[in-house]
Amino acid sequence: MSKTYYDPADLRKFGKISEWNPELGDKFFDYYGKVFEEGALTAREKSLIALAVAHTEQCPYCIDAYTKDGLQRGITKEEMMEALHVGAAIKSGATLVHGVQMMNKVNKLEM
Amino acid sequence: MGKLKTQSLQKRDSDLAKSNKQLDILSNGIFANGELPTFKNKISETNQFPLKAKKLEILQINVGYMCNQVCEHCHVDAGPDRKEIMTRETMQQILDVIKTTRAHTLDLTGGAPEMNPHFRWFVEEASKVGVKDFIVRSNLTIIRANKKYYDLPDFFKKYNIHVVSSMPHWTRGKTDKQRGEGVFDMSIKALQELNERGYGMPGSHLKLDLVYNPNGAYLPGDQATMEKDFKKALMEDFGINFHSLFAITNLPIARFLDYLIASENYEDYMYALVEAYNPAAVENVMCTNTLSVSWDGYLFDCDFNQMLELPVNSKSKHISEYQEELLEGRNIVISQHCYGCTAGAGSSCQGVVA
Repeated sequence: MSKTYYDPADLRKFGKISEWNPELGDKFFDYYGKVFEEGALTAREKSLIALAVAHTEQCPYCIDAYTKDGLQRGITKEEMMEALHVGAAIKSGATLVHGVQMMNKVNKLEM
Repeated sequence: MGKLKTQSLQKRDSDLAKSNKQLDILSNGIFANGELPTFKNKISETNQFPLKAKKLEILQINVGYMCNQVCEHCHVDAGPDRKEIMTRETMQQILDVIKTTRAHTLDLTGGAPEMNPHFRWFVEEASKVGVKDFIVRSNLTIIRANKKYYDLPDFFKKYNIHVVSSMPHWTRGKTDKQRGEGVFDMSIKALQELNERGYGMPGSHLKLDLVYNPNGAYLPGDQATMEKDFKKALMEDFGINFHSLFAITNLPIARFLDYLIASENYEDYMYALVEAYNPAAVENVMCTNTLSVSWDGYLFDCDFNQMLELPVNSKSKHISEYQEELLEGRNIVISQHCYGCTAGAGSSCQGVVA
């Protein structure tokens, strides 16, 4: 067994997920492929969203995959970093907005 | 990535300057231990082995390896220090072939073809013979490199040359990183000068196409989308027009192979090429309709095989003994670098093939 939880080479094996449950695996990959097709949003825009979400989800496989995908699409590092900041802003905003709950609780409990 | 090198692998006495060393790397490791299938085994799966040459359409002439740039990804290992230059005698032999060939396209490449001292003479003479599509692959910066090249846009126009130019990205940073500092600004200036002569303008018969190749260990994106992005950016930022964009995959040869190994990207890159293998691209792969002639007159299936010193599998091996009927139908010489031309939508000197 590997002594680390993540191995970059495992990303290549992602497709093997279907082997232990072809029906659900295939449905997932069909869905996944469809989502990333050009639609109301361009494939380029979707790639940047995926990159930002990959970071907020802290998925190393997804970060590798969508950094490479972005480069292939000619996306610049400046665009990539801006997308990350959107993710980071929402992530930190989501933390901070819970502060209202804290404030509500303090206000309720304190005399 | 470190600072751009200023010397060819050959000048640096690198092991990878030797074609047999490159072929060793491409045949061993992940391809010898069964991790990845060899190109021969892969195309055999779809009964496409042996790959055979069809009717000749493109005669690609490499007039020499000398270049004013030392691009990081160059499969030719070209540079100012390379002295291999086609002689006038070899050019004369090619002119004799052009008179009888069935090929409709003549494609001059290098190095920087314009640096060959007989370049202009050859273009003039070949034009007299009458070539349907006469391509010169220009790196653009040569046009601004020295006063003696300033009139190249007029020269190209005079002979109705189809200019195909390298442009790795529409941003300065990405371009200069691959091709050297200042390359982007010089390329923009050269493109503007070509536009001024009518090159690349909508509806113009003066063809100006750009070549995009990735700036690292990844494959090119969709050619049509990239073309749209390039057109939008170059028009908005610099008022530049061009006709088509060819998206070309970097092949694991010479300096790009050196980069892949040094940056520890070689195995991942080969996996990416093999995973993107497309049998439909094999059908139209460039070597099936192209013949490559080296600076010293030898014949190869493509410019990549020329650099790997893999000669054509035919009795007609040199331009001086050229027999087109012997070359058509020949078995193409292959190795693992061929995966570069069959990945995704495929790749050729004219862009995608599938």
